[in-house]
Amino acid sequence: HLATSLPLPSERDHLRPRIDLIVFMIDLKSKYSLKNVETSLAYVDASFFLGKVCFLVTGVGRVNACSIEMNAVCKLGETYCSPVLFCELELEGIRATTAQRLVRILRICAGHIPGVSALSFVSMMRKSDAD
Amino acid sequence: MDETVAEYIRRTVLKIPRDEIKMMLQKWGFLSEAQLQTLNFHQIKDNISQEVVQLCEENSADIKQAAVLDIIYNHIYQNKRMWSVYQMKKSGEELEYFDITDFKKKFKRRLRSALKNVTITFKEYEDNAIWIRVAWGTPHKKPNQYKPSYVVYHSQTPYVFISSSVLKSTLPLLCQALIVASNYHDIREMELRSHSLNSLKDIVFKRYSQNFQTCTPKPLQAGNVEPENEDIRIVDENRSEKERIHRLNQEVFGSGPQPKLEFAQYRLETMFKSDPKMDVLDKKEPFRCLVKFSSPHLLESLKSLAPAGMADAPLSPLLTCIPHKARNYFKIREKKGLYPQSFVSP
Repeated sequence: HLATSLPLPSERDHLRPRIDLIVFMIDLKSKYSLKNVETSLAYVDASFFLGKVCFLVTGVGRVNACSIEMNAVCKLGETYCSPVLFCELELEGIRATTAQRLVRILRICAGHIPGVSALSFVSMMRKSDAD
Repeated sequence: MDETVAEYIRRTVLKIPRDEIKMMLQKWGFLSEAQLQTLNFHQIKDNISQEVVQLCEENSADIKQAAVLDIIYNHIYQNKRMWSVYQMKKSGEELEYFDITDFKKKFKRRLRSALKNVTITFKEYEDNAIWIRVAWGTPHKKPNQYKPSYVVYHSQTPYVFISSSVLKSTLPLLCQALIVASNYHDIREMELRSHSLNSLKDIVFKRYSQNFQTCTPKPLQAGNVEPENEDIRIVDENRSEKERIHRLNQEVFGSGPQPKLEFAQYRLETMFKSDPKMDVLDKKEPFRCLVKFSSPHLLESLKSLAPAGMADAPLSPLLTCIPHKARNYFKIREKKGLYPQSFVSP
């Protein structure tokens, strides 16, 4: 499901299945993009932050056009205890790889992989903190 | 042949891209087909232009013919120049029959009575456009052929498109001659400028696609918001919002291509409104500010702002009124009275 911001329009509530993963896309070229994500995060139920949220940062290929500091994005990931993925949508190879990564994350969050759950992401994040 | 004429022809030919020289010389028609056959268009332009000058020498070209070649070049490359739009006003309601010979005679007579040293050239085109080229001199100097003014007049309309010479003082003379020749009594400059002459014509002649109310207010292709064949597994949560934006955009901009403008300029003479606690600009003076929007194609970019998520729909009427009001220069002042909004001056 694609949405431009949260909260989701209530008129479609009855048509929506269970949400297993929320991917917030941040375009490095647009300050508005980061602001929009920060505002939308307020509408996410706390239970999602146990591994069912991740940030996808796009536009990393064009360093000259960046309007957002990398620090700000990484800080966001730390604050919300969620992984941050980087990609460049304009390159087909990276697009495909990123899509595969997201699908793998989604399968784990949806409980399709026995023995691994969304909580694993949280513990992975914690580990890097301790270092 | 005069040396200055030779040099002018040489420089004009040099401006033309090599692949187009033959076509333009043919359009010019001054050199015969036989003479054109003798030209080698595959050599460097310097040599081509020298050969052209030699042929013109054989035909004893004068400045009048050279000026026609210049008009042809500028007609094809009209978008290299900046054009302003002028509107003429008639005193009465009489619909006079337009006589082109009479127009030319009056125009030349009026200009020459004010300034003896001018080169005036006319060329008519199929779309009823009369192109006028004027090279300006002084009482003591011959006309400067390299800084002419160009005028495009559609005789069935009160509009004149002028690409004026850098010699600014010539503009009033030009305007005078135009109203005398065309039997109007006044001319005023509209606040509309662009490089694209055709787009300016589209705007004032109302040739661009405007949105007309039809009896079926719902567009037939209601679901045509996503033209690409999208995967049906993708669900757009904001589909109704996207459709609303698309519909509003269609209402404002119409569905056809927009006229091509490169900028819109807003000169603000409004009071600065700030939080009274901030204590900025105590004086009750207008805050002078100039806002300029530039783009290779301004109206198309404005049209794509809301669908791209970069602006809310509907857009400010100050932006969307540009083609309807036929202006891209605005002065915004405070409106004195009941309404707190700013007032756009006529």
